[in-house]
Amino acid sequence: MMDGTDESNILNSPATNNGGTMEISSPNPLAPATATATNGSGSVTSLDSSSSAPVTPAALGENALHVEISDALSEKEKVKFTVHTRTTLPGFAKKDNNVVRQHEEFVWLHDRIEENEDYAGYIIPPCPPRPDFDASREKLQRLGEGEGNMTKEEFKKMKSELEAEYLATFKKTVAMHEVFLRRLASHPVFRVDQHLKVFLEYDQDLCAKPRKKMAIFGGFVKSLGKTTDEILLSATVRDVNDFFENELQFLTEYHGHLREAASRTEKMTQRHKDVGYSHQKISNALTELSTTEKGNMETFVAKSAEVFERIKNLETRVASDQDLKLGDTLRYYQRDSNAAKALLIRRLRCLAAYETANRNLEKARSKNKDVHAAETAQAEACEKFESMSACGKEELIGFRNRRVAAFKKSLVELSDLEIKHAKSQYDYLRQSLLALKEIA
Amino acid sequence: MEVDTATTPEHNREFADVDINNGSVSGASDEEEVPAPGSVTLEQENDLFVSAMTPSEVHRRISASNLEEVLTDDGDYFIQIVISDPQKVGDGMSSYLAYKVTTKTNIPKFKRNEFSTLRRFSDFLGIHDLLVNKYLRMGRIIPPAPSKNIIGSTKVKMSPQQTEPGTPINQEWIEIRRAALERFVQRTAQHPVLRVDLDFINFLESDQELPRAVNTSALSGAGVIRLFNKVGETVNKITYKMDENDPWFDDKITEVEHLDSNLQKLSSALKSLVSSRRELSVLTGLVAKSAAMLSTCEEHTGLSRALSNLADVEEKIELLRSEQANSDFYILAEFVKDYLGLFGAIKCIFHERVKAFQNWQYAQMQLSKRRENRGRFELANRADKLDQAQQEVEEWQGKVQRCQQQFDDISAEIKREMERFELSRVKDFKANIIKYIEVQMAHQQQIISYWEAFAPFAREIV
Repeated sequence: MMDGTDESNILNSPATNNGGTMEISSPNPLAPATATATNGSGSVTSLDSSSSAPVTPAALGENALHVEISDALSEKEKVKFTVHTRTTLPGFAKKDNNVVRQHEEFVWLHDRIEENEDYAGYIIPPCPPRPDFDASREKLQRLGEGEGNMTKEEFKKMKSELEAEYLATFKKTVAMHEVFLRRLASHPVFRVDQHLKVFLEYDQDLCAKPRKKMAIFGGFVKSLGKTTDEILLSATVRDVNDFFENELQFLTEYHGHLREAASRTEKMTQRHKDVGYSHQKISNALTELSTTEKGNMETFVAKSAEVFERIKNLETRVASDQDLKLGDTLRYYQRDSNAAKALLIRRLRCLAAYETANRNLEKARSKNKDVHAAETAQAEACEKFESMSACGKEELIGFRNRRVAAFKKSLVELSDLEIKHAKSQYDYLRQSLLALKEIA
Repeated sequence: MEVDTATTPEHNREFADVDINNGSVSGASDEEEVPAPGSVTLEQENDLFVSAMTPSEVHRRISASNLEEVLTDDGDYFIQIVISDPQKVGDGMSSYLAYKVTTKTNIPKFKRNEFSTLRRFSDFLGIHDLLVNKYLRMGRIIPPAPSKNIIGSTKVKMSPQQTEPGTPINQEWIEIRRAALERFVQRTAQHPVLRVDLDFINFLESDQELPRAVNTSALSGAGVIRLFNKVGETVNKITYKMDENDPWFDDKITEVEHLDSNLQKLSSALKSLVSSRRELSVLTGLVAKSAAMLSTCEEHTGLSRALSNLADVEEKIELLRSEQANSDFYILAEFVKDYLGLFGAIKCIFHERVKAFQNWQYAQMQLSKRRENRGRFELANRADKLDQAQQEVEEWQGKVQRCQQQFDDISAEIKREMERFELSRVKDFKANIIKYIEVQMAHQQQIISYWEAFAPFAREIV
């Protein structure tokens, strides 16, 4: 693993003035970040307009809660997000507040909300994925090692490319974390959650230690238990409501397809980037070739090298837009559909409890013992189940609307971008063709 | 020294055969023709140092008058050769692929204007070997024939279908070979001398089967022997440095070396483009499948329709990517590979010149030895030996003259050939880049039309 100082040596990026860290200076670079963030959830998009003018707190209405990540700092092992809150909610001490949070604290907040019984009927916004710069770091390291056998030009190009890639990953990470907070802040119930308030206000570390190996293993066992639990539940508990049964079936299948589609899209865009990289190699080879050519052939070959480099840029852009529009949407809804599925499982568990309460009541009645207590328990279980079903139904409809809106947005943007890129490549090729014919 | 020189020509010739076979095909168009030499005479060919050649080979050489004919009216002539309909003949390991070779031309040397014949792969190698045997020594660049590929051909041989070798891999392999053979024949036909070679004309015109070419089988004993010769020859090539008295050659050799090594890099970059583009095509196909699955699962009608259309678009793009890979391959990668082969052929003619120089030097050395002998006999007043010594001196004087002539001829011929080659190389390169860009433009247009057809479905989602 590469440490911060190495990184700044090689990158010579904004990092240098920050002592081995990379910073996205606030708040402007976040404009693109928030733009990508919207692919996360349709319901959040409404906040976008206000986020574009973060310096005008006067715009806040009554009971508003506005959360954004105004700044982020990448250090060797962790990313520090500055969470900026503006609010008129009564519980908050300050109307305008900044705290620094790490990824683990986001996980902490997610887990607190997920384990809260009262929220069992809601889809818990999926936890943002762990920041993963390993790929970029590895490439940087390789670049550092390969510095000797590259020309200065090539090295410079590779470096700026890697910087751009690193920055893109970084922005995406920030966006993912912001989407999570925004969904919480825009949700009628989660926005007044005490843990969220603590997360936004408390200016100390939330004691969310990075997960140790044991904890990860424990989590694995837990998730394993969860899956078997799911299978057992769906096998034993007969649902009384077709809507939910269908939804569960649908979500299970849908989630599987989303996961596959997401991983295939990722592979496709990755290979597309390789295609771009091959164009760069061709361009380099042509540049070298042009030095051995003479006269107008030299110009011609040099121009060809230029064309290939430009195609590389265009193809790489196509690949990263596909990743951003199609890949990210698929990935986000892979997680969101999983969260929706979790809701249905919780509901099934609740149904199982309700049925047990029913049986207990029957037993109690037949034995004529503790009937009152059993009745209360049964009524409670019934009420809990009913309210959970009602709430869940609404949430699932919300999920569907959010999903359809987000997919629509991404697909429209995807096709627009594809057309735009293909057109600009076509135009560029046409111009180059004229130029090359003139040289020839 | 004596033994060494005597054996080299044979080795060299063998080597040249092998070496050229490694490459593929070259392009040389005939518009900027450099006059071919008209000064080759049979007498020169019969020189001692060329005696490795069989008499029949010597006879097959083109006469001077033939060459002049070519010179005078080259520009108005055209020849077009198409290779098509690869078909499997026979069964199992003894089976082979035959190709239809169709020629259209107005060169009067041919009996008709349009004709076709059936030729198998080894026939192509055979005609290449014949041309090398005849012309390499004169310093002509012979376009290399496609290389043998035992694995690929065995696969085709073993495929059960009789006439249409079925699997896509086989078909692709056959197409690659067909295209390579076509480029080889076309390049050869662009050469003003090679195109009217009697054997070449016979190869194109005759509807008889050609005598089986010897030594073309990769697994034959001769093949192995050639491989050994090749190793020995490479060592010989490295160790012998001639004192260059013509700076043009020094410059040219360095230039060719540089071009060759730069083209190697370009070739490997192109190979990696072709393979990543092919993989991209496959992966795009998988994304299309996933989109189709999502579409059937999706409960929202509008989104489901959009996803199903997305699957269609990705499927079309899968095909497009594979077409792109094909144009990367056929227009650029194979083209550059051909030129690497041609540079191999060029190195061979440079080497032939070195050999001619060696022969000349050897003859001069022999001559001075004989002169010394004669001088010794003169001093010793040995009239009986003097006559023979005088004869030997005269004999070697003639040899020196012939060798020098030969060396001068090959030097001049190489200069002409290189000029011709350079012109056609530059022209070819430009034409291929331009063609490639045109094809890419068409591809981009297709992408635009695919996504434009898709866009309404995305917008219609409600």
